[in-house]
Amino acid sequence: MTQHTIKELADLLASGQSSSVELCQDYLGRIAAHNPDINAFITVDPDRTLADARAADALRAAGNAGPLTGVPIAHKDIFCAEGWLTTCGSKMLANFVSPYDAHVISQFKAAGMPTLGKTNMDEFAMGSSNETSYFGPVKNPWDTARVPGGSSGGSAACVAAGLAPAATGTDTGGSIRQPAALCGITGLKPTYGVVSRYGMIAFASSLDQGGPMARTAEDCALLLNVMAGFDRRDSTSLERDKEDYGRDLAKPLAGLRIGLPREFFGAGLTGDTAKAVQAAIEQFRTLGATTVEVSLPNSGLSVAAYYVIAPAEASSNLSRFDGVRYGYRTPDYGDLTDMYEKSRAEGFGAEVKRRILIGTYVLSHGYYDAYYIQAQKLRRLIAQDFAEAYRQCDVILGPTAPTTAFKLGEKADDPVQMYLSDIYTIAVNLAGLPGMSLPCGFDSQGLPIGMQLIGDYFAEARMLNVAHQYQLATDWHARTPAL
Amino acid sequence: MSLTLSDIQRIAHLARIRVTEAEAEQTRDQLNGIFELIAQMQAVDTAGVAPMAHARDVFQRLRADEVTEPDRRAAYQAVAPQTEAGLYLVPKVIE
Repeated sequence: MTQHTIKELADLLASGQSSSVELCQDYLGRIAAHNPDINAFITVDPDRTLADARAADALRAAGNAGPLTGVPIAHKDIFCAEGWLTTCGSKMLANFVSPYDAHVISQFKAAGMPTLGKTNMDEFAMGSSNETSYFGPVKNPWDTARVPGGSSGGSAACVAAGLAPAATGTDTGGSIRQPAALCGITGLKPTYGVVSRYGMIAFASSLDQGGPMARTAEDCALLLNVMAGFDRRDSTSLERDKEDYGRDLAKPLAGLRIGLPREFFGAGLTGDTAKAVQAAIEQFRTLGATTVEVSLPNSGLSVAAYYVIAPAEASSNLSRFDGVRYGYRTPDYGDLTDMYEKSRAEGFGAEVKRRILIGTYVLSHGYYDAYYIQAQKLRRLIAQDFAEAYRQCDVILGPTAPTTAFKLGEKADDPVQMYLSDIYTIAVNLAGLPGMSLPCGFDSQGLPIGMQLIGDYFAEARMLNVAHQYQLATDWHARTPAL
Repeated sequence: MSLTLSDIQRIAHLARIRVTEAEAEQTRDQLNGIFELIAQMQAVDTAGVAPMAHARDVFQRLRADEVTEPDRRAAYQAVAPQTEAGLYLVPKVIE
């Protein structure tokens, strides 16, 4: 039962073949059995989960069930959830029990979906391997000597391992798509502003966006229907009409124009990943799509621009962690400055401190124009490249990550190598476009490979259509690791 | 550009993060590596390009000047390191 999709679980509940309590007990059992090896969850609270499940079953018994009522979901530990420990993967928040719900959490509550637990992540979502978590690294269920990707590594690993049917993630530079690729699942980062950031602990506010991680594109559509929508508590939430993200799933792909950026198929893309993405392109041609070469000439600069903009915003956002209103305070201090400096030195991990220092420097007097303004100018050039490309195509296709899952520790001491894991995903965040990753094969060691679809603004329904049609014709997404 | 140990200490103080001498050396080396990556940006001519602060052209919404939030002081202070009589306690800042 635990390898079912959200859609299948919703059908089981609707037909009365299973109750939400039974489903949750089944998943909690798998979490108890396998989480000690995978470390995908920071917090599991069976009493709370089962209370949610009983409430969902009561809603259904009263005839008030919605399409996903009773289907459980795990949440990345970046989303504040009332009464749940919400750590953001940091010692700084290791004791923080949230007094309120993020918008995304209240949306899932309103849909009647029980919370299975809070998933592990890179500290404050800063990382591409899940190794910066204060709560220890997550292991990739396909090979526990390898990383699951990051920062939503716990969410990706728990879905891949069948410990949850789906999970929420957040993506600032690739943090939904890269772990989805490395764990062999499907994940979507929506257009910036589609999902409210209220109660989602901020990393880089002009880039952060929440999204669904699941087994299939169809499931991502169902989940995005719950997550998306205007929320006045987020000043960047977009006021748009509600849409059904699954409305185009069944459309045939004849006439679809797929753009292939020549910069994504250059020297950096080799071996099994290159072969798998090429095979996916052939599959799309069989399904009636045509391909056109496009160019994103400034995309090569996206990592450089990102490592100015994201740390700059992070240094500002994380200044709120001062040991006064919430979070860690050093036990031993003199004056106020001493308390700030020690609390932050002891509460933050090495990668978070590095990024705060980079951000502080690029925003400091005399360097602001050379770094921050220059990065924002590049950001515009990168966004313009995409606008130009979409004159010739409907979606852009390429690899999600340059490699499959790497070994734990392999890049942990080399920040620059780690940053280059997101070389294909970062430009999408800078432009604010929607992007998704879906499985398209395995390498010679049996590790999953992901391909990335990038859409124009608000093209989520079209991208999900493209991904769903591919998943009807292939079974890469249906393969699961042996635990 | 290359950061020195005193640059690291100055930035760390601006960021209110204590950095020990041993940490400062490693931090300097790692930050210099990252700034080498960032330096690629400087090769691009961006004259006449308007900086892009945000993915979408958004503007700040206004709302009526009315009380919308309930009083949840007790719940919010329950997660604070140290409070007393409804106040957050910090070391003395004014003599």
